[in-house]
Amino acid sequence: MALSTFTSWFDQPLSAQYYSEDHEAWRRALRRFVDKEISPFVEEWEEAGTFPRELYKKAADIGLLQLGYPEEYGGVPKPDPFFDIVTCMELARAGGGGVHPSLNSHSIGMPPILAMGTEEMKARVVPAVISGEKISALAVTEPTGGSDVANLKTTARRDGDHYIVNGSKTYITSGIRADYYTVAVRTGEEGRKGISLLLIEKETPGFTQTELKKMGWWCSDTATLYFDDCRVPVENLIGVENKGFSGIMLNFNSERLGIIAFATGLAMVCMDEAVAWARERVTFGHRLMEHQVIRHKIAEMAKRILTSQAMMERTALQMHQGEVPVIELSLLKVHATETMEYCAREALQILGGMGYMRGNKVERIYREVRVYAIGGGSEEIMRDLAARQLGL
Amino acid sequence: MKILVAVKRVADYNVKVRAKSDNTGPDLANVKMAINPFCEIAVEEAVRLKEKGIATEIIVVSIGAQAAQEQVRTALALGADRGILITTDTDLESLAVAKCLKAVCDNESPDIVLLGKQAIDGDNNHTGQMLGALTGWAQATFASELTIDGDSATVIREVDAGLQTIQIKLPAIVTADLRLNEPRYASLPNIMKAKKKTIDSTTPADLGVDVAPRTTLLKAEPPAERKAGIKVEDVAQLVDKLKNEAKVIS
Repeated sequence: MALSTFTSWFDQPLSAQYYSEDHEAWRRALRRFVDKEISPFVEEWEEAGTFPRELYKKAADIGLLQLGYPEEYGGVPKPDPFFDIVTCMELARAGGGGVHPSLNSHSIGMPPILAMGTEEMKARVVPAVISGEKISALAVTEPTGGSDVANLKTTARRDGDHYIVNGSKTYITSGIRADYYTVAVRTGEEGRKGISLLLIEKETPGFTQTELKKMGWWCSDTATLYFDDCRVPVENLIGVENKGFSGIMLNFNSERLGIIAFATGLAMVCMDEAVAWARERVTFGHRLMEHQVIRHKIAEMAKRILTSQAMMERTALQMHQGEVPVIELSLLKVHATETMEYCAREALQILGGMGYMRGNKVERIYREVRVYAIGGGSEEIMRDLAARQLGL
Repeated sequence: MKILVAVKRVADYNVKVRAKSDNTGPDLANVKMAINPFCEIAVEEAVRLKEKGIATEIIVVSIGAQAAQEQVRTALALGADRGILITTDTDLESLAVAKCLKAVCDNESPDIVLLGKQAIDGDNNHTGQMLGALTGWAQATFASELTIDGDSATVIREVDAGLQTIQIKLPAIVTADLRLNEPRYASLPNIMKAKKKTIDSTTPADLGVDVAPRTTLLKAEPPAERKAGIKVEDVAQLVDKLKNEAKVIS
């Protein structure tokens, strides 16, 4: 539906072109959940650097963790990627913070297991994770390299019916609390053809973690993982030995769409906050909104947000129709995080001194710009990927 | 035991509603709509009665534009068994709504009709009472606790003086107050399941109800903006201002 008098991005009905009544129903349910169980506590959790583990159970109760998993494991199959967009937008509406990345870390930890794991492994791991009992994390990045996945250095050497794992991983979301780690290791030759995925469990002797402090996402547990002669049963191999690289790549498209939706949602929060403040705050005898310089900042935010949103929905439709829009997703990720960066910047300018104070959404989102611009494929890697795919 | 629950589609309680620029009513274009919160409490109460094994079937009914189907669907996702949607484009008055509900009562013979005490748009607080009068059934409005015992119910009502406990014979009309319960969230699996539940569509004309308005809305405008308050220095000044400026005490 076309925009008209602005109150909030989140008051707009979903466009009937892409969304159905089911999406609206999920959006309403999720909004109530977020308003009651997350929004009132985000600030407190951020300052405390953690959030209660029982939130995973609560999220499972409304179906948030089950979205996109087969019914046989207790999941709710996802009819289309627009459900992801709705989910990310509603969680973004709470104004960022580290809740979502940890709560949702299974969305990158589980897909390789679902796609390539044995029946036994899936039946053991998936139901426990999507019911909120166990936490899943993905561990690929290492202290010596992130984007350069093909050159990872953590090794897994076969010894009878075990692998002996040595090495370390870093910047791992849910790295402290996760029970199941989907870990990329080198089992063979150099390069992408020597990489395997192992399911490593928390209690494995020789596996330790240290927590990392971050610029944003404070209540999300992020860690460096150390594997020191960890013995991992061969049954924990996910898929085929030395064929793990494709499993890592499996995540990227849906992960990027999620980041795009989240960044767009956070940009919307920034504009909402800026509009509310500019309509209220009086300076030099006029409301801020009456000053042309402020009005133009806000119009520019709306312009960029509309572009992100339109492209996001178009790309989601392509994915739903079975296409793999790699170029679109890569470039849109850059556009969406740049939009978020712009909106966080300008909203903070409009909020002025108050915006610089801790305890408001814009300040928090401002500190989270970089994690969206770097995580899940940095701007530089995204542009380069697009350039390669374009045959430039 | 059969329970009929009525739900109304209203602007979401979070939305700041504005008057249309031509003053012909509230501007609801592009506004997020939801189930009236008191109606949602009524749905929750019905679902709890079913979970306790007291109710066997929950029918949810809504009256309004075709879009109100969304709210019926939400109630189905919360646990109602089937829906009835009475479609009309007329702006309904409370009596018209009560008459439509009376017609549904005649067709369905529910043991209890649960409604919200009022809707947050008109804030009329009419429909439950009018339905009580039309059906001649017992009514218990502003319920904060409902206990069913055979063919009667004990209801604790929130009244100005405090709480009032009454016993009523079934069938009865019960309207939900804020503290009756705390509604659950519709879960994703239940939203998906709700799609398979049936919603029967009908119209006021089919039910033999004349919904033509009997009143005319002359003008809708936003309330006048309040002036900023002042801070008083001490109690003496407060008393002085209340006495001599506001003239609310003497």
